[in-house]
Parts: sequence; structure tokens; C-alpha cells
Amino acid sequence: MAHSYTPGLKVTEKAIVKKERRLPLKGEVLVKVGDIVKADDIVARTELPGDVERLNLAGKLGVPPKEASSFLKVSIGEKIKKDQIIAESKGFFGLFKTSIPSPIEGIVENYSDITGMLTLRKPPKKVEIDAYVNGKVVEVIENEGIVVQTPATFIQGIFGIGGEVKGELKLVAKSPDYILTKNDITDELKGKIVIGGSLVTSEVLNECVKKGVLGIVVGGIDDKDLKDFLGEEIGVAITGQEEKGITVIVTEGFGKMTMAKKTFEILSKNDGKRASINGATQIRAGVMRPEVIVTYDIDTVVEESKHAEMGMDINSIVRIIRQPYFGAIGRVVGLPSQLQKIETEAHVRVLEFEFEDGKRIILPRANVELIEE
Amino acid sequence: MKEKDQIIRILATDCGSTTTKAILIEKRDNEYRLIVRGEAPTTVEAPYEDVTKGVLNAIKEVEELAEIKILDGDKIIKRDKAEGDGVDIYISTSSAGGGLQMMVAGVVDKMSAESAARAALGAGSIVMDVIATNDKRMDHERIKRIRTLRPDMILLSGGTDGGTITHVVQLAEIIQAADPKPRFGAGYKLPVIYAGNNKAVEEIKERLEKKTALYIVENLRPTLEKENLKPARDKIHDLFMEHVMAQAPGYKKLMDMTDVPIMPTPGAVGLLIETIGKRDKIEVLGVDIGGATTDVFSYFQNTFNRTVSANLGMSYSISNVVKEAGLKNIMRWVPFHMDEKDLRNRIRNKMIRPTTIPSTLDELQIEQAISREALRLALEQHKTMAVGLKGVQKERTISDAFEQTSTGETLVNMLTLNLIVGSGGVLSHAPRRVQSALMMIDAFLPEGITMLTVDSIFMMPQLGVLSTVHEQAATEVFEKDCLIRLGSCVAPIGNIKEGQEAVKIKFDGKEYSFNFGDMGVIPLELNKKVKAIITPSKGLDLGNGKGKEIEAELEGGVVGVIVDARGRRPFNLPENDNERVEKLKKWIKALNVYPEK
Repeated sequence: MAHSYTPGLKVTEKAIVKKERRLPLKGEVLVKVGDIVKADDIVARTELPGDVERLNLAGKLGVPPKEASSFLKVSIGEKIKKDQIIAESKGFFGLFKTSIPSPIEGIVENYSDITGMLTLRKPPKKVEIDAYVNGKVVEVIENEGIVVQTPATFIQGIFGIGGEVKGELKLVAKSPDYILTKNDITDELKGKIVIGGSLVTSEVLNECVKKGVLGIVVGGIDDKDLKDFLGEEIGVAITGQEEKGITVIVTEGFGKMTMAKKTFEILSKNDGKRASINGATQIRAGVMRPEVIVTYDIDTVVEESKHAEMGMDINSIVRIIRQPYFGAIGRVVGLPSQLQKIETEAHVRVLEFEFEDGKRIILPRANVELIEE
Repeated sequence: MKEKDQIIRILATDCGSTTTKAILIEKRDNEYRLIVRGEAPTTVEAPYEDVTKGVLNAIKEVEELAEIKILDGDKIIKRDKAEGDGVDIYISTSSAGGGLQMMVAGVVDKMSAESAARAALGAGSIVMDVIATNDKRMDHERIKRIRTLRPDMILLSGGTDGGTITHVVQLAEIIQAADPKPRFGAGYKLPVIYAGNNKAVEEIKERLEKKTALYIVENLRPTLEKENLKPARDKIHDLFMEHVMAQAPGYKKLMDMTDVPIMPTPGAVGLLIETIGKRDKIEVLGVDIGGATTDVFSYFQNTFNRTVSANLGMSYSISNVVKEAGLKNIMRWVPFHMDEKDLRNRIRNKMIRPTTIPSTLDELQIEQAISREALRLALEQHKTMAVGLKGVQKERTISDAFEQTSTGETLVNMLTLNLIVGSGGVLSHAPRRVQSALMMIDAFLPEGITMLTVDSIFMMPQLGVLSTVHEQAATEVFEKDCLIRLGSCVAPIGNIKEGQEAVKIKFDGKEYSFNFGDMGVIPLELNKKVKAIITPSKGLDLGNGKGKEIEAELEGGVVGVIVDARGRRPFNLPENDNERVEKLKKWIKALNVYPEK
């Protein structure tokens, strides 16, 4: 009966993964339920309304807003070319005419006889979304997108930057605690996703960008380095929009953090395989964590692993997620129900934790997370 | 819902952005008292993605601790008679769902646009951008901005009632041309609230009704001299509940479980603060510091104000506190030397694992250092918002009118302030109550005589909503179990030479003296009030002028009377790192703030 714990991040070698692919605006879905899609296939498209240009028509013609529309040479909704004369004053006996050319190519959207403003709109922009992962379309969200399902290796990170990229995973770290250096980033890594160890610095990140590395998966990063690399401080944890030329996925946390053994092993096994990764993180309602997905053949059988939903129990494997002993993995050996006083003098629910070497400590239940099998 | 006299056992929860808190109240021996409290992490994260899971977990803890049965599977047992298993009523507040991001537009940047920004901020929003016809941008730049920012909603204002409509219609046309889409969900229209010239309503409808979800409220600047923010604020609030909070997974299910509508957490706390101010005829400052947001409530000059600093908080928003305050300002409160790199990483790790708690003393001290800056910044923001709102104060006596400050001047006055109420995890759960007192003193710098209190276990939100359905129960629990009285704080204004005698306090035949630069505590037990003669030294002021003695009532509490002779206007901390740490340690020792290592 223990509920004060943090659900862990998913690190699974084989699971059924569902990805929703949604357009930013309503549009056209190009596939149907049951279709098998490749990661790069375009599955839906739409057109974003073009940019708008507003023209002070009444002002330019020198007439009151209510009268200006009578000088229009085009009608609302009509297509126009750049420099096409769209309005013209009559002038005196054909002289001193004011001609107004269109500043853009597009359409005439509307005219306001209160403000005297004419609104012109540029042609729409195409927006397409791809499947992101290989898989099968299991749901179509009408006019908006689809849900793709696939058996895959699925690893959630704790924090990331940069958006979706796809590329071949390349094991560069020699061990989970390896610290990447500039020399590790060779020309061969162009277009690939680097698997690192415990730390990446801004120097190495910049080298990755220089060499055309698409993404990097690593245990930890110093916040100072992240700030230097981004050129600004991250305020609220909503990321994914950064355009730094690389997607970074941090699996453990800030600082030098040895990548969890299991995560490192699974990533190593996938060395050379193509992965889809996304650094987008949103630590708030509708939480989003960064992810690494390596898909299997669509017919691969997956036995759904037992979920950690039952909660924490004696013998549950957990990871410590706060100082001291941050990152340590061990076993729960005691779950006293009464509140206990800790070093800060706070009375909290605690658990007894056993390290791999048998050493035991008491710590707040809130400071561990379940490792999902 | 049951009749009031049939309500014996009350269950109330508050779904915060980080933790979900449940309290059980029961009528025993003819009075309502808090029985137990449970909590669990809020479950918006995968794999749960359902806020009700956290609620049920918190209730399970209540069940365990109170040894009664409340749940039948995933259902709360609502009993028919006031006996047996289950509860008589279940209510909840919620602040899960994250922040509200708005854009505001007004005709003139310093007038209607500024009023609109105030309305949006006051309703708890982050203002992403302010668009005004004189903001020196081209229309296409404004349009692009609206499109790329994708706000949760837009507040449009401009023009006085009956005045010219051209400019505000122009703004509507810009919004129309931008054809904005909401941040969440491609399916629904972006809410736009129109609070401008009433003469332009038809023109606005014509332009925006089809493309947006348009709501018309009273003009927030009906005349140049009047500001009337309430209708716009209330509407923002309603839409926040409908559009933004409803994004929190499971929220709709929770709505079905409660007996009365779920109240937003800041609304519920505000209700309590306003009630105290009105009832006791005092000036009150309340603060609720949460994981994502910090709310400040004040009752000054008979006017209630509330602001929500949407990006100042102790978990999700902790990194933003660093960004806004600067690392140096946070480090100044840490009573030991520490490496910048280490501090940065620790703060970030709290951001990404928001439900963890400090388990060592230095971790606790770091969190409490950050909280001081979050509280300080939240009060700064509140001061700029809590100004004389002429529009909402229709009836005033002549004496009130003379006291009224001019527009733009803050109502917040730290010298006339009588009571500070602190709430929220970091204040309510501080292992020693004196830690909460010191956090609030350092952050708010109260002046003169101010009573300090703290919400014992962070249950003001639940009591706020309870007060709307059962005032007696809410009041009894608030007085007896919720509000912890820490003690009066005495803080003279001004600066004199370090080490000189700063203030003398006489009561009960005893005299206490404190030197400038020091802090100290005079023991005075809980609920005891004394008349004291307090004499500041020549260069210092306690409200009657420099060096002038005052007679004031001091109240005891779980800490006692706290004397802060460190100076005000300005309050200074040593620039030198070693001196600073020494100073902090001295004050910590004087007040016995932390256990000796």
C-alpha cells in the first residue's frame, strides 16, 4: 500500500508503440486504416493560410473609407498578381490618377469600410506530416491525422531539446559512464544519431552540429553547457522548438550521470539500426517526454510487459532520483507505513533501499522512481 | 447534495500541478475538525495520464490513516445517512493543467492595452505579447506574431464606450486576418474576449464571430478615468477552466465525482483571504506558492486583489525562477559556499523530477533560498497589478476618496500591512515553522509590526471551496487546524551603523534591546497578546517617524515575536561572499532556524 512514488520512465526493448500524427490545422489524410507506412511516408497534408498584407486603401486614395471601395478594380476573393493595379482614382479629366499596385501575389481577402483597410493574402503554404515511424495505421482522425502502431524498442528520456529526426543509431560511448570528447565526433557520424555515455558538453554538441550529426542520446548534461549551447536560459520546461541543428535526448538528468545500464544495453543492441527520435519535452499537464523509437518488423510478436501500475512493493527495483545517491539503482527492502523523521527534520513516508552491494539506507518514497520492466 | 446539518464527514481534495492533497473533516463533539490528510503525486504523467488516479491514491492514504472505508473500487462512497462507511460530501479544487498563455490587444499601449494586460495578468495568465495600434509594428508583423505564438486565448479591448470605433475594429481585422488557432486541439476555435467600446460590438461580431469563439463582456476601460477589469477577468477565468484546465487528463472524470463544481485553487484561496480581511477589518497579504505558479492575494484599502505569477513555482517552474531572478540572487540566500554548476544542475533536476523532496539539510536550504526569490518576484508582480481599480469601487465615502491613490500607484503598503498568510508546499511543509517565518520576512520585507501566519498543512484551497457550501465547517477548521500563528514581526525602516542599538521593546515589565544588523526572537506564547512600547533609534522609523516610539499590540505564536533589525529601504546583504555567509549563519543561529550539523 504505497502510493507516494514517481512513476518511472519507460525503457523497453520490445513494446507496442502508438504514435499520433496530427496536422496543426484540419486538412487531408492520405492513408487509411490498415495501411502499412514507412517512417518517411507523408500521411496527411494541409495548407496553412498565407501571410497577410494590409493596405490603407482609403488613405492612399485620399478618400473616406466608405467611398474607397468604389475605386477597387478587383473584387473580393479575386486572385491578383504582384504589381497588378488593384485600385485607381478617377483624377481630373483622366489626369492625376492615383494607381495602386498590389504588393503581393495572392487573393483579395476583404475590405473594411470602417478602417479603410484592404486585406490581401499570399498563397497558402503546404504543410505535410510524415509517419515518423514504420508501422500500421490503426486509426484515422478525420481530417486531422492518424495513429500509427508498431512493435518497437521504446526509450523515454527525461529531458530533451530539438524536434523529430530519423537516422541510424551509432554507438560511440565505450561504456555507460563514458564522457564524449570532441575527437569522438568524426566525419562518419554525419546524418547519424550518436549514443553517448554519462555526459556531453557544449563543445561536443557544437562539434556534432559542425559534423552534421542529427541527434544524440546521453545520460547527462551540465545545465551551464546547455545554456551555452542554446545561447539562452531555459525557463519553463517546454522544449522541442529549438532550431540548433541537433536533437538531444538526456536519459538521466543534469550533471554527469551514468546512463542506466538497461538503457545503455538496449541502445547498444540497436547500434546501426534506424531510429526515430524526438527531443520535445513538456513537464506539465499533458506531459511529454523525449523518446527514442526503433521499430521492428510489423509482424513481430510482442508480449506486453507487466505494468508498474500495481505500485511499489518489497523487492521492487527502483532508482534514486534526488541527491544524495542520485542515479543509484537498487531494491526496496522495507516500506514502513508510519511517517519518519529524515535529516531535514521533515516527517515523510520513507522506504528502505538496498544498493547492489547490500548497503541499506532510508530515504523518502518521493525520491525514487520505479524501473519499469 | 445533502442538507447542511446532515453533513458530518467531508472529503476534500486539491489537485496541484505536483501533488494531490486530500483532507478528511469530521464533526466530533459538535465541532468540525481536521481528522487526517493524505497526499500522492498528481498523475498527469504517463503511464497514468489521469488526474483521478492521484486523487484516488491520496484518498487511499486518508483511508489508511483514518482507518475508515471511503472508496469502493474507484468510486467514492456517498452515504445516505450520516453514519457508516463513506463520506457525506466530496469537493475539490484544481490547479493542474499548467499555465494560461494569452495575447492581449488594445488601442493605445499605455491605456487600454495596459488595462487589458492587467486584466489578463490578474486572471492568472502569462501575457505573451501586447498588441497596440501604436506599438510601432506593421500589420503583417502583428499578424505573423499572433499566428506563431498560438495563445490559449486573446483579450481584445480599446476605445471608450460610445467613442470612435475605427481603431478597435482595425485590431479585430488584424485578428481576423491572422485566423489564429489555439495551442491545444485543432478541432475548436480560439476564444477571443472582447472588452472594448460597446458601440463597436456589432462590427466586432461581424469580423470575429465566424473565425473565433467570440465572447463579449463589458468594456474594461469604459471611460479614460475608469478601469473595470472584473468582467474581463471573470470571463478569462471561466474560459481557463473550460479550455485549459480541461486539457489535464482525467479532469472531466473528476468533475463527475464532486458534489459541487471544481474550483480553481487560486480562486478558493482568494476567497478565504478576502473573508479574513473583511471580517477582521485588517490589511492582509496572502501567498500560495505551488509547483508551477505562485499566487499572491491582498486586501488593502478595502480592495481585494489577486495575481497569479504563472511561471514562478518550486517544481515545474523552478528554472524560470532562476531565469527571472538570476542565479546570483538565489545564491545570496544559500548559507554556505557552493559551486554555480552544481546549483544549476540541482535546480534543473528538480524541474525534471518535480515530485521529489529535499532529504538533506543543504538540499532543504537550497530550496528555501529559491523560494525566497520566487516569493519576492511574485510580490513585485503583484504590486504592479494591485493598483487602485477605480471601476470596481463605485461606492466610497468621502474619507475613502481622500485616501484613494492615483492610478498606477500600488495599493500594497508593507508598513500598514497587518497580516501575512503563507501557504503552499515549501511554506506549509517547512520542517520548522521558523523557517517559513524567515522565508516570508526575507522575501516580503515587512515593515513596522506585522503578524505572520502559515497554513499548517496546506489546506486553504480545500477550505476555500468548502466555505461556499458549508461556512461553519470551513471557519471552524480554518481557525483551529489550518492557520498556524507564528508571531508578530517587528521591523524598523531605515539604516544606521551596524552594531548600534536599533530598537527597544518593552512589555510585561521587561525590556528587550536589539542592535542594527541583528535578528532575534522574544518568546511570547501562542494566542497571547501584549501592549508593547517600541522605540526605534534616531535613524529608524516604525511608522510614527524617525526615532518616535509607538505603542502597538504584539502577538505571540509558535515562533514568538521576531525582531528584524537588519534595516529596510533598502535591505542590504553583504556583497562579499564570506561576509554574506557569516551573516546568514548568524541570523539562522539567532532564530534557531536549522538543526546544527
